[in-house]
Amino acid sequence: MEIKFTHHQSAHCENGVVSNLMKHHGFQISEPMVFGIGSGLLFCYIPFLMVNHAPAITYRAMPGFIFKRFAKRVGIKIKREKFKNVKNAKQRLDDNLKNNNPVGLQVGVYNLMYFPDEYRFHFNAHNLVVYGKNNDTYLISDPVMEHVTTLTDKQLEDVRFAKGAFAPKGHMYYPTFIPKEMPLEKAIIKGIKHTCRDMLAPVPIVGVKGIRMVARLIRKWPKKKGAKVANHYLGQIVRMQEEIGTGGGGFRYIYAAFLQEASVILNNPKLHTLSKEMTHIGDLWRDFALDASRIYKNRSGKTDGYNNIAAQLDHIANKEEVFFKTLKKAIK
Amino acid sequence: MKKEDVPQDESNIKAANYKELCYAVDEDGNYTTVNSTGWTPKAIALNNAIENINERVEEAKTRVLNNQTSPIEYYMEFHKMDVGILASYVGLWKWRVKRHFKPRVFNKLSKKTLQKYADVFNVSIAQLKDISLHGN
Repeated sequence: MEIKFTHHQSAHCENGVVSNLMKHHGFQISEPMVFGIGSGLLFCYIPFLMVNHAPAITYRAMPGFIFKRFAKRVGIKIKREKFKNVKNAKQRLDDNLKNNNPVGLQVGVYNLMYFPDEYRFHFNAHNLVVYGKNNDTYLISDPVMEHVTTLTDKQLEDVRFAKGAFAPKGHMYYPTFIPKEMPLEKAIIKGIKHTCRDMLAPVPIVGVKGIRMVARLIRKWPKKKGAKVANHYLGQIVRMQEEIGTGGGGFRYIYAAFLQEASVILNNPKLHTLSKEMTHIGDLWRDFALDASRIYKNRSGKTDGYNNIAAQLDHIANKEEVFFKTLKKAIK
Repeated sequence: MKKEDVPQDESNIKAANYKELCYAVDEDGNYTTVNSTGWTPKAIALNNAIENINERVEEAKTRVLNNQTSPIEYYMEFHKMDVGILASYVGLWKWRVKRHFKPRVFNKLSKKTLQKYADVFNVSIAQLKDISLHGN
């Protein structure tokens, strides 16, 4: 069986799944709109979580939060199911497909066979949509892929029950109630307020303060950790910033696209100007990544290089602090 | 980022014939999406990470051959895992997995425990015990 489902590629998996599901249910909600209303933008340094042997930095809200917030703010009800038992998980998925209901799944990337080998590492917060099944093959719409793809029974089971941090436990979700009309104005304002609050939070590892903290750490790394580890950490920052499904610079551009769309809906020209400013901040993040890559390309342990990119981060932090303060005022 | 500045560099995703989606502004300053074949700073970071993993695998291999650690550590590194991830896959406490790195302890493991590891690593028990058989 196959549900009529239109696949659109997106820059980030969770936004993409939500946007594709909304489009399937007849609402033209773009990826940036989902990201903005769901307050996806964030910066958080998580020292106690090691990913690929380096401390984790996230540029986005916790997996699942974007959809949760989006749903609440536009009045959608979603059902989420997690499973202990592999068979039940499969049964519930098949039932939904039989009822013509495409569902979102949280999966691990390591066993995701259609990803290039180099991208298959233990990351458990990837999202995709299942929209049908032919015999033992599931039809998959993975929003970061250009086209739809497939997974066998066993392959899907492996990724749904991947283990480690954020283990998906078969996590499946789908809307159970969608309002007839979806006014976005209030939702947009709530989304923006939330993001401003997060980015300006008085917590040392979150938002603007988090960026400054990472800048301080970068200055210390070459002396404290040695050139090799410092290089590795830096490479990880750039990967978490720019790689598929994550993205710091990339996320800033999505947010800028959201502000542009929001300025039209709210009829607020200030947001249009702020969108341009956010694009500029996104460019700064990319310059940071480019300069950081020069350091780890040459495997340099020279402190000047590290001090230089740390200064760039401080500059970004200052810019973002001003930006989110202005944004908060702009929607009052 | 302007539409024409979206990087189209050589990369691992290009080699696999993939493209990713980027948001960028067009001539009129409006946001649009553009496909990208990759970006060099990302490609370098990824390649370094892969090299790093390969180094860890080689180191683990040498230590297994010198009888300083058990094959479990080698297979763990090979599958890009750390102790926490491996422990949750086999369903044991972390300290037990770490203990199983000791060759002396590993040699005494029950068949049941060995099978758990073998299943996670997708190898036979013979391969689990002798890493020179891995990949054959």
